[in-house]
This record gives sequence, structure tokens and C-alpha cells, in this order.
Amino acid sequence: MPVLLFYLFAALVVGFALAVVLARNPVTSALCLAVSFVGLAALFLSLDAYFIGTLQVLVYAGAVMVLFLFIIMLMDVKAEESSARSRGAQAAGFALAVLLLIEVVSISSALKRSGDTLGQHPISAPLAAKLRQQSGRPLLKGLEADLAKGELPDAKLMGEALFGRHVFHLQLVGLLLVVATVGVVALSRKDGGSLSS
Amino acid sequence: MEALPADLDLAFLVTSLVKIVGLTFMVILPMVAYSVYAERRFSAVIQDRVGPNRVGVPLTLFGFKKDWQLLGIGGLLQPMADGLKFILKEDFTPRSVRTFYYWLAPCLTMVPALLTCAVLPFGSELDFGFLGLNQPVKAVIADLGVGPLYTFAIASLGVYGIVLAGWASNSKYPFLGGIRSSAQMISYEISLGLSVIPVFMVFGELNLPDIASFQDRNGWLILPLWGEGLSIGRWVLWVPMLISFLIFTVAMFAETNRLPFDLAECETELVGGYHTEYSSMKFALFFLGEYAAMIIGSGLAVTLFLGGWSIPFGPVLGLGHVPGETPLWLGLLHIGCFLAKVVGFILFFILIRWSLPRFRFDQLMKFGWLFLFEAALANVLLTAALMVWFPVK
Repeated sequence: MPVLLFYLFAALVVGFALAVVLARNPVTSALCLAVSFVGLAALFLSLDAYFIGTLQVLVYAGAVMVLFLFIIMLMDVKAEESSARSRGAQAAGFALAVLLLIEVVSISSALKRSGDTLGQHPISAPLAAKLRQQSGRPLLKGLEADLAKGELPDAKLMGEALFGRHVFHLQLVGLLLVVATVGVVALSRKDGGSLSS
Repeated sequence: MEALPADLDLAFLVTSLVKIVGLTFMVILPMVAYSVYAERRFSAVIQDRVGPNRVGVPLTLFGFKKDWQLLGIGGLLQPMADGLKFILKEDFTPRSVRTFYYWLAPCLTMVPALLTCAVLPFGSELDFGFLGLNQPVKAVIADLGVGPLYTFAIASLGVYGIVLAGWASNSKYPFLGGIRSSAQMISYEISLGLSVIPVFMVFGELNLPDIASFQDRNGWLILPLWGEGLSIGRWVLWVPMLISFLIFTVAMFAETNRLPFDLAECETELVGGYHTEYSSMKFALFFLGEYAAMIIGSGLAVTLFLGGWSIPFGPVLGLGHVPGETPLWLGLLHIGCFLAKVVGFILFFILIRWSLPRFRFDQLMKFGWLFLFEAALANVLLTAALMVWFPVK
């Protein structure tokens, strides 16, 4: 992707993320966040991560933000717009943002940059061999076919990583989500009765 | 990294541009206009009425005895008259609306609906050898590895238009319509997404052009009648595929807000639902967005389950797609076949609309969460279990 497009989308992401914080109207904030997600998805696409980029739009912009909007619409937006900003919250938010910035900068400056470009690692048979060596068993048929064709099978690689190497973590996350969902249902019941009714 | 101006592939750029303009503006938009016409004529047939059968070239204005009807079928120019009417009507903006979002909402309905057509393979390939192109042009705008996910992702953005229209109108009926529609779309999106997982398990592939050409070689997913489709495994897997197809179709009806699931705009309860406060071309954009979503949805259903552009018994009749060696006339025939299937599916949409009564909202939610969702989930497990004994390929 041309560098120009990277800067365009990066500016889009940062600009709309700022607007999320600065806008007085909660609906505007929610929509700006959605646009910011779409810009982020475009950055993922530029890294050839089509699967993650698409999921970013599908899950965050298309489902999570719609739910947010759904809730916000039920609120009294006028009251929110005219309420005074709290100084303490602003200061705390600013401090948190600075902390996060320091963290990101320190981690990314410690990263080892090899200076390699994607052009030096073409998608081909050697890459397949390397992947085979990494996973320690034969690759999926679809993966082999895509690599032989010279296409990056990003969705299949994601699946391989999630359900192969990290299957335990995946199960753990799934369990956590189920517990959280059941907890929400139990807590939001007003009468405190049994779950079966 | 390859899109640097120095090695920009001019042929690729031009063919992509032609495909985008051709498919979106010269196929889908006229199809949208004419599916409105088809809806009116077809509903008239179902209800034993005449329907719009008059609009033609008005020769009577110039003293002729009869108007000239296009192709001899009355009313074929009706979409043009409708469009003209929409443009000429007063564009009224009520005073209490939130203006920015009120204007934004119709665009947010129409644009995602049109964007989704980028990954639909509308034909096999077109051999423009006589124009000096040494490689045949693939009949798909973007040959993405994550095609159906892209469609779902962009289509899921369409709900913003409806939600914002309901909220920005600042009036109770649109608001109720917006709330209903967001609840409905989120609920049925889950069933829609789950219903296609068995399909991808069978194909082992997320690339829509590859899925279509697989079905061309080995029989359509729900009509495996030739190629490897005649194996026992494919016919055993035919059962979960049929379930998938049914769930997908029902969920798509809900996603496109079509009857029997058009609770977001149901006239008997909510006047016009989310677009009550809209008039003129802004109203028309909602209307067109709904039909565009319907066409793309039909295109996706056709590609996944009904073989896409593949001609029935194509390989047996010698009308199948051979990569790199498909003549131009066959490529065009494939495009025609795809469009014919899509038109057939749209007529099915219309038939359902005029045959079934509307759900009640609680019934809709119950059906979505307590039946369709579970059925889609069980279908994934069923397919996985069957594929242990009957692997495809």
C-alpha cells in the first residue's frame, strides 16, 4: 500500500478517536468510534490481514457499536449534552492516556527490527516448510494449496493458530465469556428469582 | 506494496473500473428500479389486479391513437416515472429533526448495500484476447480470500442508516421502528453468520469465486447432480446443507427487513416506521437501499447454495468453466445465468412477501433466538459429525 494511504487512514483513526472524546453528543461519539474502527480495519487490510480487518468491521463497527448506539438512543441525549464536564475525570483521563503512550512507546522502541521487507519473504514452498516445522505436523490441505498458489491464507492461518496452538486459551476465554454472560443475566434480574422462570 | 505508481497495472485498473461501474451502476441500479416494478406487477398478479401497466412513450400527446409500449409490455417505463416523481416531490424536512443525522441516514442505508457487491462473482471469466489482454478477466470486482465475511461486515453497517433515521427523526413512530430494527438485525445476524459455517466447512474455502467454480465442477451445493456431487458423501451432507439454506434464507429476509419480518416499518402499527418523516428522494433512497440489499442477498444465496454463475449440468453439456480456456460467449452466458438465478430469487422474495402475514414482534424475537439460532448451531455440529465419515474431496 502506498505510504500516502497509510497516513490517510492513520489520520482518520486518530482524528475520529479524538472526536469520540471531544464530542458533547453521545451519539456523535459512538458514530465517531465506529468510523475510527473502520479506519483501523483499513490499516489491517494494508498489512494483508484481510481476515482481522474484516472481523474488525463485522464485530466492532457492525455489532458492538450498534448495541452501544441502541443503548445511547434510549438515554436523554439533551441532558448529557448540557451537563458540565468534571475536571477530575478530565485530569484522570489525560494521565491515563499519557501512561498508555509511555507504555506503547517503550514497548515498540524495544522491539527488534530486522529490516526485512515482505518482498524478501515471498509466499512459496519454503514458507510452507517453515510453517510445517513450526506446527510440528502436516499442514491443512487448504493451507498447502493456497501457499502453492502464492496466496496468503490469512483466515486459515488464524484458524490454525487459534484452534491448534492456542486451543486451551481459546477454551478459557470462551468459559470466561459464558460466566460473564450468565452473571449479567443473574445480576440484571430485578426479582432475584430462579433462572428457570 | 505492489501498488506503486511505477509498476501500476493499467489493464487491471481499467478492467476494475469497468467492472465496478458496469456492475453497480449498469446492472444493480437498474435491477433495483425494475424489482420495484416487478414487485408491483407480481403483487397485482397474486391479488388478481392489473397493476401498473400504462407507462410507455406517450405518443398520444402528439396525436397518435395509442401510446407506444416498450417491448409490447405495458408499464415497462414505470420505474422512470417513479424516479421522476420522487425527484419532483417536495423534499420536506420537519423542524424537530436532528438535521445532520437526518441527512446522513439515507446515505448510510444505500451505500453499504451497493458496496457489498464487490466480492460477488457474477460470472466465470471473460476472454478479451482480441483486445490484446493476454489474461482472461475474472468476472468479480475484488477476488478476496474472505469474500462472504466482507459482505456480512459491510451489510452489518447498513443498520446504522435505519437506527439513525429512527433517532434523528425525533418522533415516536420512527424511533420505535429504529429500535425494533436494530434489535432484529443484531439477532438475525447471528443466525445468518452461523448458517453459512457448515457451507464453508464443506468447501474448506472462504473465496467466493473458488466456491462458485467448485460448484460448477462438482454440482451445486443443494443440487449435487453431476461431477463428484454424485458421491454418497455429498448426498449425506446434502441434508445439513439444505438446513443451512433454509436458515440462511429466513435470516436474510429478516436482515433485509422484508415481510414477514418488516416490523421496522410495519404500516399497521408504526405508520411508516423509521422513514415516516422522510419524503422525496430521501425516502426513495431507503426504498432503493432495501431493494439493493435484497439483490445482493439473493446474489450471495445464489453463489453459496445454487452454484453462482454455473450452468446446470455445465461440465456434462460442455458449458462448464475451464480456467484460461473459456471463450467469450460462454463467459457472457455464465453472467446471464447468474443474473437469471438472481432474478428468480428476487421473484421468490416477492412471492413470499405477498403470501405470508407479518410476525408479531415478540414472535419474531422468540423465533430468532429460541429456534433459528439453536438450529443453526446444531447444524454446525451435525455437519462436523457427518464430515468425519464423509469428507469432501
